[in-house]
Amino acid sequence: MILYLLRRVLYAVPIALAVGFVCFMLVQIAPGDPINAIVPPDAPADVVEQVRKDYGLDKPLPVQFGLWLSKVVVGDLGRSLATGRPVWADLQTAIANTLTLAFAASMLGFVLGCVLGGLAGTFRGSAIDRGAVGLAVAGVSVPHYWLGMVMVVIFSVQLNWLPAMGAGPGGSSDWAWNWEHMKHLILPMVTLSVIPMGIVTRTVRGIVAETMNQEFVTALRGKGLTRWHIFLHVVKNAAPNALAVMGLQLGYLMGGSILVETVFSWPGTGLLLNSAIFQRDLPVLQGTILVLAMFFVALNLVVDLVQTALDPRIKRA
Amino acid sequence: MSTATTPTAAEAELAVQARQATARSEGYWAGVWKRLRRDPVTIVCGAILLLMLLAIIFAPLLAPHDPYQGSMIRRLRAIGTPNYPLGTDELGRDILTRLLHGGRLSWFMGIVPVVFAFVIGSTLGILAGFVGGKVNMAIMRTTDIFYAFPSVLLAVAISGALGAGIFNAILALTLVFIPQIIRVAESVTQGVRNLDFVDAARASGASGFTIVRVHVLGNVLGPIFVYATSLISVCMILASGLSFLGLGTKPPEPEWGLMLNTLRTAIYVQPWVAVLPGVCIFVTSICFNLLADGLRQAMDVKG
Repeated sequence: MILYLLRRVLYAVPIALAVGFVCFMLVQIAPGDPINAIVPPDAPADVVEQVRKDYGLDKPLPVQFGLWLSKVVVGDLGRSLATGRPVWADLQTAIANTLTLAFAASMLGFVLGCVLGGLAGTFRGSAIDRGAVGLAVAGVSVPHYWLGMVMVVIFSVQLNWLPAMGAGPGGSSDWAWNWEHMKHLILPMVTLSVIPMGIVTRTVRGIVAETMNQEFVTALRGKGLTRWHIFLHVVKNAAPNALAVMGLQLGYLMGGSILVETVFSWPGTGLLLNSAIFQRDLPVLQGTILVLAMFFVALNLVVDLVQTALDPRIKRA
Repeated sequence: MSTATTPTAAEAELAVQARQATARSEGYWAGVWKRLRRDPVTIVCGAILLLMLLAIIFAPLLAPHDPYQGSMIRRLRAIGTPNYPLGTDELGRDILTRLLHGGRLSWFMGIVPVVFAFVIGSTLGILAGFVGGKVNMAIMRTTDIFYAFPSVLLAVAISGALGAGIFNAILALTLVFIPQIIRVAESVTQGVRNLDFVDAARASGASGFTIVRVHVLGNVLGPIFVYATSLISVCMILASGLSFLGLGTKPPEPEWGLMLNTLRTAIYVQPWVAVLPGVCIFVTSICFNLLADGLRQAMDVKG
């Protein structure tokens, strides 16, 4: 077990390095000179040459990667071309906001998914089952940026119940746990939650249906246990897999909220990426992608470890 | 002793049994088709997709107006305006016309990356699964790296770095789907590789290439194909999403995701017109998803 943990953590290191390399290459594959990612296009030629030397851009690619990496590990992601501010400074608030949204959405999606999937798996073939499966398919097939627009049309434009934009009153980008801010969270959260809802419903339905068919459930029934007690046993068996799915969904939402954040002008990483794309602000693009991808790598690791710890049946050496 | 003209009762019985056996064991695809026909959801989805495909192929004939010709005096008309049954957009262009024409690019960008990824991903995946060893190691560890990115993020990262454009968006989406197809292809190939008939072929001296061509391909392409079909739904949403972010198609080209983006400003004036392109994306995506589910069941593919 300890050996497995160690090996799994060690295995994450080359993956993280490779992910870093892909992010490093993003600036390289961008059309034009990579120097454009550091100096504004109207800089004088001698300044450009000086910066090229300072940044080591005249050196071979592997050396450049090494230099870049040594800066990144101490939190230096470069400066934004548009604002001149360090990328990391802008990223911190954005990540906090994205994390708030993604966490709320995956929680809602997980709860809905477990309820729907649990009901569907228990009453397989019934009308409840068909309804839940239909909702699940709709959840994974819906273009969520469009769903966000529909939500705005219904709840902001027509009913005028909830605000359509931003994370707080007056366009405030600092999140706080109060009703004014919560009101801003509801629409993007519900919009984003349909994806994990769909996926968790499908997974839980499968797991519950499979578990219900196992011999130990028949044995429990034979022992005369009530439905409720049998249900608890099924939950205990299904939980590790369901938790793993949900953990990964949180990561997908961290990356996938770009479009929903754009619809709701939610001041997170998605909005940051969107403006970086518009202004071709490559340092911001690179830094944001890097941090999100690293978060996903770490999350994958944690999910694996937690799953192993929770489920004694998984014996990985 | 029996002669050819007068078969014994036992021989006649055998012949009847043989005929019954051939009648019972119809071809694999006939069975798949028979199961599909009994599945109303899949049939309806297939029919809707076929109708949409015909509509966008014949868009120039069906569309009542020019997709690029706008007019400042008839901007943002409501649904049901005479001559403009689905209203007009923020530049006064007919929505119905643009939806019909826009389907061409949306479908193209939803299907082409999956086709590319299917060809490249199956080749690499079958290679990794069949050869094993170091080749498997090299291909699968590279795949792991791309798996470390959520797919939306990877698509946005690559096309964001390359810049806007249809070609770049297709390239980015292809790169997103290749690793996913490699994983499926590798795992089904590994499942087939150790079956008895592959051993038998190897024992009778068939080369690796022949074994893959004759014995492996037929058994693995089905599951990979079903998986790829389910990816079309995702690809459609992602491709339109890239255009929605301003990364795919460029204006004034009609495309559902881009239309949704430009109509976003009209959400307070003509909300129901503004959400129409999304309905098209949703219907197409859900139909492809259900079609893939139906195919999976009919072809008896697990997973």
